[in-house]
Amino acid sequence: MQSGMHLIQGGLKMLKPLLSVENLKVDFQTQQQSTRVVDGISFTINAGETFALVGESGSGKSISALSVLRLLPGSARLDADDISFQQQSLLTCTEADLCRIRGRRIAIIFQDPMASLNPVKTIGAQIAEVINIHYQFTRQQVQERVLELMQQVEIPDPERRYHEYPHQLSGGQQQRVMIASALAGQPDLLIADEPTTALDVTIQAQILQLLKKIQKQTNMALWLISHDLALVSNIADRVAVMQRGKIVETGAGKALFSNPQHQYTQQLLAALPSMQSCIGNPIKDHDPLLSVDDFKVYYPIRKGLFRRVVDHVKAVDGVSLKVQKGKTLALVGESGCGKTTLGKGLMNLLPNAGGKVTLAGVDIGTLTGEALRLKRSEMQIIFQDPFASMNPRMLVGQIIDEGIRSLHPDISEQQRRQKVALLLEQVDLDADYADRYPHEFSGGQRQRICIARALAVEPKLIVCDEPTSALDVSVQAKIIELLKTLQREKNLSYLFITHDLAVVAEIADDVAVMYQGKIIEQGNVEQVFNQPAHPYTRNLLDAIPVLQVS
Amino acid sequence: MIILWTDALIFLLVALVTASVFFIGNNDNFKRPLAKLINNKTGMVSLVILLFFVVIGVLDSIHFKPTEGQSTEIISLLDKLAGPLREHNEKTYSAPFSAYLFSQEYVTSASGSQVWAYPRLQYGGAHLVNPETETAKDILFRFLKGFAQGAIISFVLILLLWVLHKLRPKPAFNHPILTTLAWLVAGLICLGTSIIELSNYYHVLGTDKVGEDVLYQTLKSIRTGLVIGTLTTLIMLPLAITFGILAGYFRGWVDDVIQYLYTTLNSIPSVLLIAASILMVQVYMANHEEAFTSLEIRADMRLLFLCLILGVTSWTGLCRLLRAETLKLREMEYVQAAQSLGVRRAAILRQHILPNVMHIVLISIVLDFSSLVLAEAVLSYINIGVDPTTYSWGNMINSARLEMAREPVVWWSLTAAFIFMFILVLVANLFADAVRDAFDPRRAENA
Repeated sequence: MQSGMHLIQGGLKMLKPLLSVENLKVDFQTQQQSTRVVDGISFTINAGETFALVGESGSGKSISALSVLRLLPGSARLDADDISFQQQSLLTCTEADLCRIRGRRIAIIFQDPMASLNPVKTIGAQIAEVINIHYQFTRQQVQERVLELMQQVEIPDPERRYHEYPHQLSGGQQQRVMIASALAGQPDLLIADEPTTALDVTIQAQILQLLKKIQKQTNMALWLISHDLALVSNIADRVAVMQRGKIVETGAGKALFSNPQHQYTQQLLAALPSMQSCIGNPIKDHDPLLSVDDFKVYYPIRKGLFRRVVDHVKAVDGVSLKVQKGKTLALVGESGCGKTTLGKGLMNLLPNAGGKVTLAGVDIGTLTGEALRLKRSEMQIIFQDPFASMNPRMLVGQIIDEGIRSLHPDISEQQRRQKVALLLEQVDLDADYADRYPHEFSGGQRQRICIARALAVEPKLIVCDEPTSALDVSVQAKIIELLKTLQREKNLSYLFITHDLAVVAEIADDVAVMYQGKIIEQGNVEQVFNQPAHPYTRNLLDAIPVLQVS
Repeated sequence: MIILWTDALIFLLVALVTASVFFIGNNDNFKRPLAKLINNKTGMVSLVILLFFVVIGVLDSIHFKPTEGQSTEIISLLDKLAGPLREHNEKTYSAPFSAYLFSQEYVTSASGSQVWAYPRLQYGGAHLVNPETETAKDILFRFLKGFAQGAIISFVLILLLWVLHKLRPKPAFNHPILTTLAWLVAGLICLGTSIIELSNYYHVLGTDKVGEDVLYQTLKSIRTGLVIGTLTTLIMLPLAITFGILAGYFRGWVDDVIQYLYTTLNSIPSVLLIAASILMVQVYMANHEEAFTSLEIRADMRLLFLCLILGVTSWTGLCRLLRAETLKLREMEYVQAAQSLGVRRAAILRQHILPNVMHIVLISIVLDFSSLVLAEAVLSYINIGVDPTTYSWGNMINSARLEMAREPVVWWSLTAAFIFMFILVLVANLFADAVRDAFDPRRAENA
């Protein structure tokens, strides 16, 4: 009987999971209460496969990964029936054993490569550090291995890069360095926690291809943690959907997305913005609300004893665009292309801006002092980060009526309170939220408050600077819906700055593609998306992950 | 009654604080932070102890000329209350609770011969026949007696409070923190009465070189400490906050001018400036003798000028911190949002920048408070600090230099100054922490 069992086990060896997690629970303890972040999840990862854990922020994805490596912060309590890796229990083994597993057999890469790299050590030294922990190599061998790894992750010119510092590399290159140091121990399982979220869409595609390629070469398993369903559908063999600490659905990648069983998965898929939903209303070329002509933002580079201006950084370099009344112009481009600078420059928030900006027939570029202050109400801005865009020490009511107070000081407090209540209702929030502080709200709610603040002064144009990119996909869909409703009701115009082309398709009438401070292509959304004229636009469109269904 | 310059400023300060407490208490916007502050046990306990210090300081600031006697000396209410402490002067050093002098002398014994021995003190333990055997028992007895007196007073007070509660019930009386505070106040009263009782018969903290009671010196030093801590801060704060925020927010030439100012000020050794101004005051006082008739008035003038000059030289550090923080804050999106809403610059500074740098101000005030008291000690060392006749922890620490070199060591002056300073700075720190937490809405929820 015993030997029979052995035979069966031998036969099944290929199917034995690499990592199996059974009934994992994580609680975070504060002084009075404990919050369950991960609530009894079970899953397995087989050797060589790509397993994806998807879910919205706060669903417990990253915590699950950290608890497998037992890297949880001190306030967390871990409880599980079993966590075993290659038949070794990770729950009972000692810290010393874990150190031999971490990095050597299970490696992890994080979302933000800039924060994960030490800014004062060279790239080579940082990869070598990992090698030195796991292997007894001579100096020569270590250096060879580092160069080999750098070649493997396709960093061009590795000999030169070896001696460079993290800040000299682009975001994509930094993430490659992180992958290289994760691969240094030749792990059997690589955990990638949102590896491409901080990267541009074209870079994102390259990094994912690289991960796939390395996985094929080394036959390691990849555990991908992501919020991006389209991306996951492209790469994962198996997918688990996580909601509030629980896995609600597991299945083979494409099958799961083509036929989602659980209501939550269906919701997530429905909320995905789609490239097919171009509004594409042809715009009649009447008088534009905002017209920008040859707009420039140059930052001087000063050198020498007398700080002479030797050159300029041309953040925005001669941009011309028009926004029609009641329409949306989307400004797309990758990070660093100058789109946010353009938005803030148009808002008159930057000192070095120049060019002709005409809003409703008035040249606001030449206004200064009090005249500019009073004119500002016609143009408002909504920022990307809903956590940084409100003063944490002011009540929501004070935040919203700040503009009214400054522009119409004669309005009584009673009237202002009524106005605030009305505005809160317009953005689908309760009127009594006015007496709370911003930190009590979720990201989506805060973004609604920011919209209410902008609406308070009855603007004609709102510059939306990536208003949805910090939000979860389901929240994003609702905010976009709200913006569209408000546009219809109040005949607002939007200058919508984003890097997400799918969102552009959802909301914009016109689109302008920005690249290195210049606008390289603009026109009607449908036209630009279907027949992109510029090769960069084509690249951008091709790199977008599209939901793959079987 | 005579009002010295610093007295006037202290009264003004007390009035200002009381007024702002009333203003904050009646303002709806501050309801939540106040409730949070009241719920903070550590903070309230610190506040009560701090208030004890303040009460002693204020008592010591009510000056008058005693009616009896011809002397021109000015005494304070505290001196009056602490009668025996002030008057029971010995010949020189004596240890705490000791009945003997610290150094030996020739004493005439009962038989009439001269003996080289430790003489009995004039006041400390003078009522004892045989100090070696009686002291411990006597101390315990007097301590318990004082304690019992305190307990009775506390009991009466609590009874009064209870009656008041029964007559005019208010929800505030049911607050759980009240029990803690009642115990604390009762404890402090009992401790106070015990020490009063004991100090009628002993030198609880010993005596110093000229035989003055160290407890009395320490109590008198509280006022000096508070004056230097608060007045200096009061002078420094407006300078630091205005310049720091303006430099950080406006950049450009405003920043250049302010930076130039504080770098220049910083590059001059502050000791030099302080010495110069103190000497100037002394010369002025010497030339206008008719205006500074008594020793106390002169000492007070010197203290005031010390505060002034310390304030003028010490704002640069905080100013630099605030400038850096403002540089960060001005790029925050809520500041830019306010700009696009057309909010005036003054309103942005007041509503967005100032509240968000207050935590730095609060922390550095409290840290500066202790370093100012210490700075005073350092300055006394080179004779440009407070007047040598002014009681201050700095002067006590300064004189302890020589006492520490003696064998056996005279430890009580230093210890007394240290303990009082430590308690004052500690409670000020804890209270400032509580205030900071209460006024930060992000922290307000989770506690």
